Amino acid sequence: MSFSLPDLPYAHDALAPHMSRETLEYHHDKHHLAYVNNGNNLLKGSEWEGKSLEDVVKGSFGKNAGLFNNSGQHYNHNHFWKWMKPGGGGDKMPGDLEKKIVADLGSVAKMKEDFIQAGVTQFGSGWCWLAVKDGKIAVMKTANGESPLVQGAKPILGCDVWEHSYYIDYRNRRPDYLKAFLDHLVNWDYVAQMHADAAK
Amino acid sequence: MNRRESLKLIIGIATVSATATFGRTRAFAQAAGPFTLPPLGYAYSALEPNIDTMTMTIHHQRHHSGFIANLNNLAKTIPDLGAKPAESILANLSGVAEAQRMAVRNNLGGHWNHAFFWDLMTPGGGKEPDGPLKAAIDAQLGGFAAVKDQVTAAGAGRFGSGWAWLFVNKDKKLQIGNTPYQDNPLMDGGRGAVIGVDVWEHAYYLKYQNRRGDYLAAWWNTVNWDKAASNFAKAMA
Ligand SMILES: [Fe+2]
Ligand SMILES: [Fe+2]
Repeated sequence: MSFSLPDLPYAHDALAPHMSRETLEYHHDKHHLAYVNNGNNLLKGSEWEGKSLEDVVKGSFGKNAGLFNNSGQHYNHNHFWKWMKPGGGGDKMPGDLEKKIVADLGSVAKMKEDFIQAGVTQFGSGWCWLAVKDGKIAVMKTANGESPLVQGAKPILGCDVWEHSYYIDYRNRRPDYLKAFLDHLVNWDYVAQMHADAAK
Repeated sequence: MNRRESLKLIIGIATVSATATFGRTRAFAQAAGPFTLPPLGYAYSALEPNIDTMTMTIHHQRHHSGFIANLNNLAKTIPDLGAKPAESILANLSGVAEAQRMAVRNNLGGHWNHAFFWDLMTPGGGKEPDGPLKAAIDAQLGGFAAVKDQVTAAGAGRFGSGWAWLFVNKDKKLQIGNTPYQDNPLMDGGRGAVIGVDVWEHAYYLKYQNRRGDYLAAWWNTVNWDKAASNFAKAMA
């Protein structure tokens, strides 16, 4: 099975003004496409050809840097588009997810504070996350194309903090981008779905 | 109390009252310390069209000044930081307490790399190396065209944030490579950098977006080879 670029689940201008059409045109149509194409070239003839995307990501980690970087970013971006929706964000989320966040992280407000802090302190390109680790929701951060998948955890929400995610709209102001992501973009239904799947 | 001390005291009092009165002054008061943002040796627009005015302005005034502000905060608890030459600290990061090592690595690396980068660029740059640097490039790396290709490849091949370099290694030989984040060849025992190019996305995104290769191709037009020659001489001395 080779990688292919998924369509955005909304129009390119649907997340404006929090994430502009221009940002999504470059981010989805160029950056994500490059990960797909480079990943396919590196996958061909490798021992992971024909494996599922998650198995490629986990299997190539630490063994094939090029394939890991590109397949890892393909995995991350596939979910990233679905972790956002027009009119998303805020504190309204499915009850089961909210209960678990409060139980494991103290409160929704604390979760948001820690998530932003993780994103701000990821030096250089990378991601910040909510992930299920050892049965609990944890806040994590990873470099470049890594994700909780290769740290023994299952991601349920991730925010891309590579500069290409926010430079057109926010310049160097990464904290403002992260706040807009949480306040206006997160698709909590998809987070809840991934949380339910992770618990299985 | 000598004149300088009394002056410091007066400034100190002024800072405290300004901070108490105007919240807006706080950022500047906190940024005070041994580190200052070095000026560019040219206008923000001077590298057009290769590097655009907006990119140069934000890169210098926001990104580089961010490292300066962080360093001044770090200097409050690490007195050596502002007193020792940056090069000697970067060459011996294991001498920094472990709890602060990563912050020093990132911020002093960021400051040193950017100051190096501004000095390496010039309007009307982009000729070719000559003199001893050209001789060393020809003898060790197969000529300038090969160096250009390999530094470009090193920049294109760095996944995520980092830098590409031509540097003098610990054996006094020219070498090409890349580093992640704000690392540089000094941290790895290198004697000195000759040229270096920032491939963090902030260095090119406003003009080149995802086309890092186009940015690197244009960047060569900005290189000040006189500065590169003096960097080489210093690293070989
Ligand atoms: Fe991205
Ligand atoms: Fe930079």
